[in-house]
Amino acid sequence: MTTKYEALTGAEAAALAMKQINPDVVAVYPITPQTPIVMKFSEYVANGEVDTEMVRVESEHSAMSATVGAAGAGARAMTATAANGLALMWEIVYIAASTRLPIVMGLVNRALSGPINIHCDHSDSMGARDSGWIQIYSENAQEVYDNYFMALRIAEHKDVLLPVMVCQDGFITSHSVENVLPLEDAQVKKFIGKKNFKGLLTSEKPYTIGPLDLQDYYMEHKMQQHDAMKHVIPVIEKIQKEYAETFDRKYEIIEEYRTDDADMVIVGMSSVMGTVKDVIDMMREEGIKVGAVKPRLFRPFPAEKIKNVLSKFKAIIILDRSDSFGSFPPLYGEILASFFAAEKKPYIKSFIHGLGGRDTNVEMIKEVISELQKLRDTGESNFTIDYLGVR
Amino acid sequence: MSKEIKKGWKEIPIGGLLLDAGNSREYETGTWRTFKPIHNAEKCINCYFCWEFCPDNSILIKDDKVVGMNYFQCKGCGVCAAVCPTKAIEMVKEEK
Repeated sequence: MTTKYEALTGAEAAALAMKQINPDVVAVYPITPQTPIVMKFSEYVANGEVDTEMVRVESEHSAMSATVGAAGAGARAMTATAANGLALMWEIVYIAASTRLPIVMGLVNRALSGPINIHCDHSDSMGARDSGWIQIYSENAQEVYDNYFMALRIAEHKDVLLPVMVCQDGFITSHSVENVLPLEDAQVKKFIGKKNFKGLLTSEKPYTIGPLDLQDYYMEHKMQQHDAMKHVIPVIEKIQKEYAETFDRKYEIIEEYRTDDADMVIVGMSSVMGTVKDVIDMMREEGIKVGAVKPRLFRPFPAEKIKNVLSKFKAIIILDRSDSFGSFPPLYGEILASFFAAEKKPYIKSFIHGLGGRDTNVEMIKEVISELQKLRDTGESNFTIDYLGVR
Repeated sequence: MSKEIKKGWKEIPIGGLLLDAGNSREYETGTWRTFKPIHNAEKCINCYFCWEFCPDNSILIKDDKVVGMNYFQCKGCGVCAAVCPTKAIEMVKEEK
């Protein structure tokens, strides 16, 4: 195994992972802050370092359409996008999932306008949470890199056959340089294996993809999708275990940080959890028993697991990087639902933070922890939703 | 109309995939008909206009002659009757 770190941005880590996967087809359109992924990947194509047929399409609608076409014909096909790009490919995003195509897409989280904004929040991917895609959220460049290989295996698993979004935070992760420990090409090749598919579409063995599906069979196909999602969590656990055994890199669906003796935790996803962990370390020196819980998977939502993990604590605050106007912020809402049938429930509060790339800094996380202490001791702000750092 | 027993979600290919080509032959669209084309061999000059225009390939030909309609597939659109130069096809209301 290689022990040489490389200085890579999250976007470059994604491009390197794609290069090592060496997909048959990549159809992609540039959009900030996803552009450096496709920029770097086209460099690999131009240098002849991959065998990929790269389709330079005229929009994201076409990017997803071409990816669906390639995957439907039996190729290993990938793409990447962000925010308004995801919005433009919307109808085909649903088609990719309902046609059961194992596409892996890099999603660089960015605020979905308006007013127009190019910086990070999760409003783009959260809008797609009911599209039938699996959603994995990455905290840093290393996670982005490793998630790509696991995502491919999850997507192509015979019990799953669903597309996967590998999400990373726009600019914060995609454009920041970090130390990344890559794998060797041969190791990747061995881990991902050959695509286990029904074979390429040929005139000798024709089949029809995406036919009209009306009242008589549509619900049966939705039931298949519903059922496929149930297989995802056990498949991920198996693949994460294999990844840990093969490469000595341990990932879990829900990561716990300093929770052993904690009576309160902050729950959140992606890059903010790096800051949260640092602030927890500071607070621990002052004797405050606080921990962090980071779900890596949002679709399917690991409800049972999250309930089991979180029921150990007296108080939890959930950080959502997007709002659901007029309802519960996505992660908060899912966690509330997970606890409905539980006998023991912690005090629970929601903060919406970091919209449009607003920095969630150390001071803000300290404020969250002080709110958490109040919540634990008094329960007064139970079930409340607030904006963090808003004027 | 025949009462077909439809397959359950575990018995059909995933994602709406159709694995066998040309399976529309098995789909009875004849039940959609309100008017039924009746072919009159005596008036027919075998010009094949109906065969050319029929959107459902429902005009039956045998030994170079028009011999009738495939009522399993014919939706009763009436284009055959409309293009027939000798009025050899008559549209008659379906009795159901």
